[in-house]
Amino acid sequence: MRLIVNGEPESLDVATLTELLAQLDYEGDWLATAVNGELVHREERPVFTLNDGDRIEILSPMQGG
Amino acid sequence: MFTLYDTTLSSRLLLGTARYPSPAILEEAVRRSGAGILTVSLRRELAGAKGDKSRGGAFFEMIKALGVRVLPNTAGCHSVQEAVLTAKMAREVFATDWVKLEVIGHHDTLQPDVFALVEAARILTAEGFKVFPYTTEDLVVGEKLLEAGCKVLMPWCAPIGSAMGPVNPAALKAYRAAFSDVPLIVDAGIGRPSHATAVMELGFDAVLLNTAVSGAGDPAAMAQAFGQAIAAGRTAYLADPLEPRDMAVPSTPVIGKAVFDMAPAAASGRA
Repeated sequence: MRLIVNGEPESLDVATLTELLAQLDYEGDWLATAVNGELVHREERPVFTLNDGDRIEILSPMQGG
Repeated sequence: MFTLYDTTLSSRLLLGTARYPSPAILEEAVRRSGAGILTVSLRRELAGAKGDKSRGGAFFEMIKALGVRVLPNTAGCHSVQEAVLTAKMAREVFATDWVKLEVIGHHDTLQPDVFALVEAARILTAEGFKVFPYTTEDLVVGEKLLEAGCKVLMPWCAPIGSAMGPVNPAALKAYRAAFSDVPLIVDAGIGRPSHATAVMELGFDAVLLNTAVSGAGDPAAMAQAFGQAIAAGRTAYLADPLEPRDMAVPSTPVIGKAVFDMAPAAASGRA
């Protein structure tokens, strides 16, 4: 499946958002995820099915003013 | 003590966490400032970033350890949609419904897009957020933000990071007078502790700043200076400062002053 993860094209064999995070080696309870411009809550990730062409954003805390 | 969205705070300084020389200096600056609120943000996390390698994770743990309340921002957002999504993602990560709402409208001045700001504020308030809008000193926009559900207003005093200090004190005075019952925080443009004191003397409730501390030669010492300056400005405001006047007024009373019958000074012509 072709996906855009944080702006980069990826070709991945994953069904859900949780599988995508595992395959790309993301971990930690400080991540926020969105698919196609909509927030996907932490608890929804295991059942959130991805589709070809989906745009995924994975954000984490950083310094800000 | 003052209250923001039913939360009582003792410090009137809100401190940004960006651009410090090191995490250790940031920690020291936070401690010495006495800040009661720290602003934070969200950025894309790198793949494979586990444990210590995760920039976000390390920062997150540090902030939690400091034990200071956080105010996530939507910095860098240029549209309503972007700002709303960023706010929702921040709520997920930081577990707070507070958000410093920024919708940037102009690349060079980082002036807020106040039309998008009002719309985003309305959407986020309806979603249960407590919105802290970064705005200009425009009174009509301030009214619209209150109508949209904001219970705090954060006008700039100069462009973000400019360090110019209050460039339009008359407008800030008018803002304070127009929104006498609303907590007002000057956000952006402060460069020196004296600027912070000046806006606090006008009756603003608090000051939010970042670069003025993080960009100083000794950020931790500057953080302390800002904490003191803000407290001094608040005390001065409550003490009802004098208005400037055009003429001199002697500070020492003249009533009862001795009148010496001085002979003219010895003239040079005296033999």
